[in-house]
Amino acid sequence: MATHTGRLETHLRKQRDAGRKLLVPYITGGFEGWTDAVRAAAANGADAIEIGIPFSDPVMDGPMIQLASEKSLQRGTTPLSIFHELRSIDVGIPLAVMCYYNTVHSAGNERFAHQLVEAGVSAAIIPDMPLEESAQWCVSADAAGIETVMLAAPTAPQERLPRILDRCNGFVYAVGLLGVTGERDELAGTATKLAARLKALTDIPVLIGVGVSNAEQAVEASQTADGVVMGASVMRRLVEGDADAVGRYINDVRSALDSTFAGK
Amino acid sequence: MREMLLSARPIHPFRNYIESMLTTPGTDGRFGDFGGRYVPETLVPACQELEASFHDAWADPLFRTELDDLLRDYAGRPSIITECHNLGRQLGIRLLLKREDLNHTGSHKINSVLGQALLAKRMGKKRIVAETGAGQHGVASATAAALLGLECKVYMGEVDVERQALNVFRMKLLGSEVVPAKSGSRTLKDAVNEAMRDWVATVEDTYYAIGSVMGPHPYPYMVRQFQSVIGKEANQQCQQLLGTDPDVVAACVGGGSNAIGIFSGFIDTHARLIGVEPAGGAAVGRGVPGVVHGMRSYLMQDEYGQVQEAHSISAGLDYPGVGPEHSYLASIGRAEYPSVTDAEVIEGFQLLSKTEGIIPALECAHVVAWITREAPNMQGKTVLMNLSGRGDKDVAQMMDILG
Ligand SMILES: Cc1ncc(COP(=O)(O)O)c(C=O)c1O
Repeated sequence: MATHTGRLETHLRKQRDAGRKLLVPYITGGFEGWTDAVRAAAANGADAIEIGIPFSDPVMDGPMIQLASEKSLQRGTTPLSIFHELRSIDVGIPLAVMCYYNTVHSAGNERFAHQLVEAGVSAAIIPDMPLEESAQWCVSADAAGIETVMLAAPTAPQERLPRILDRCNGFVYAVGLLGVTGERDELAGTATKLAARLKALTDIPVLIGVGVSNAEQAVEASQTADGVVMGASVMRRLVEGDADAVGRYINDVRSALDSTFAGK
Repeated sequence: MREMLLSARPIHPFRNYIESMLTTPGTDGRFGDFGGRYVPETLVPACQELEASFHDAWADPLFRTELDDLLRDYAGRPSIITECHNLGRQLGIRLLLKREDLNHTGSHKINSVLGQALLAKRMGKKRIVAETGAGQHGVASATAAALLGLECKVYMGEVDVERQALNVFRMKLLGSEVVPAKSGSRTLKDAVNEAMRDWVATVEDTYYAIGSVMGPHPYPYMVRQFQSVIGKEANQQCQQLLGTDPDVVAACVGGGSNAIGIFSGFIDTHARLIGVEPAGGAAVGRGVPGVVHGMRSYLMQDEYGQVQEAHSISAGLDYPGVGPEHSYLASIGRAEYPSVTDAEVIEGFQLLSKTEGIIPALECAHVVAWITREAPNMQGKTVLMNLSGRGDKDVAQMMDILG
């Protein structure tokens, strides 16, 4: 059971309850310029940041994040090198890691949870660890005080959602579409439908991620959800540009969210 | 370890009364500590639906009859057993081949694909996706799709597209689309990644036909059940031919479907079970447990869990993982997983061709290589080898190598 309210969830609830829409950018750890990008995102209005630990076989990721992961790995990135650099970053907002389960498994659940704590990370998002495979990790994570963000998908039958929410802390990650990460021309209809189903069942922040590709779509998603996770569109700015480009982009999205939802 | 385990069990006369060593996984999809269902949340309901549909179909006599009819009238089963008198004499053993190379499309892959394609239709799916290494599973999938009126898309590593050009053309001729996987090592592992990414996006109308006993539950179990026809036939054929079980049953292991298929017929006998891995892709031999492609199993990986690239002359075995049931059988000591080098494989390929007039797939040449190496320790024994596929697809590659 999700027993405690950790730093990520406490912070996100507070921001949401103050009338703000939540913006959580994703940045691939170890990619050239990533720590500057984390700082730029934080300085321009991110509410939390998701740090990707690159994996050799990222089956939930589309071309952009695959490319970023591959480049990061080519630079010799390891989970430990990311944790090491994270210790020197204090951006004043909570951090979560996004990693595939084998990264956790190879370190060992308990050791990995402690490594996160030592690196100052609040939460973990593990996209190939569904509810049925989560028990062992969750024991270690709960004991260490690491929040486990669960994913919910549009394909979930209604009876499954409460069980996912029961096990979830930090926020619930509403997978916006059937498919992998990557930019799309339009926000999929499945995104807000799923967010609405989740909002009807829970008070935990509901964030739509996967396929939220620009400020306009972030606004559209946030009509229903408490906010968004944005990955590929952020990484494209870093891959093709630099940390400043990431900062400008986050600033644009933040402004669009704030001007649309101000005072609501 | 193996001796100990076996001597603790009464075998022959009581075969029907003892618990079989063939595991039927529960809803957690585990073989001992291996297997499971490590997939994105999007795919969980699809895997659950597949599990239920398979159980239902497997228990349905109409489905089984339909499949058996296809296996007989379309694939050409039962496959025969050929005794290799020349090579056997040369090696000082009795050598039997289970001739899966004679199946329609030239390998054992058709056994599983016909089952899966029938199941896909039964589930109302219009389209199948598949991954392929050597192209044999891709060709079998394209064949079944043509026969049963399904749309088919096959992902294949860019490296394999090149070295198995003949099979790429066959798939296209059969009406399937072939998509080169350009990420990572650009071989089988990456083709699986691409097929899974496709499935995540198309799960509502698409069936993912996995080519081996790997992936999330129920695939390892389901594909084994479809391939168990090999072991069932071979066991009966051995009783007729030998009046007893063979001393050794050997097969090559990529994901492990042809091996588990033949093992399943002998798992509760005294026969030594040998799964031969390529030295450059020895998941059981050199790997440690890890999680990729939906399953927990032995895996070649670095100290941080990054999956390592396999390197094998044979596209069908060029895979850093292995099906979870093999990890389990290795962990309890019931089966052994030695490996052979590419150089030994090239020898084996020529040896079987020259002595018996049978050109084996490079995958099966691994088994020939192991048998040749081990023959001095098996004098007078009977060895049953699964000849999982024919070598036509490898002839162009071997022309380059042998000059
Ligand atoms: C002839 C043949 N044997 C074996 C294999 C390896 O697969 P598995 O280990 O699942 O039998 C392949 C795969 O392409 C093959 O074509």
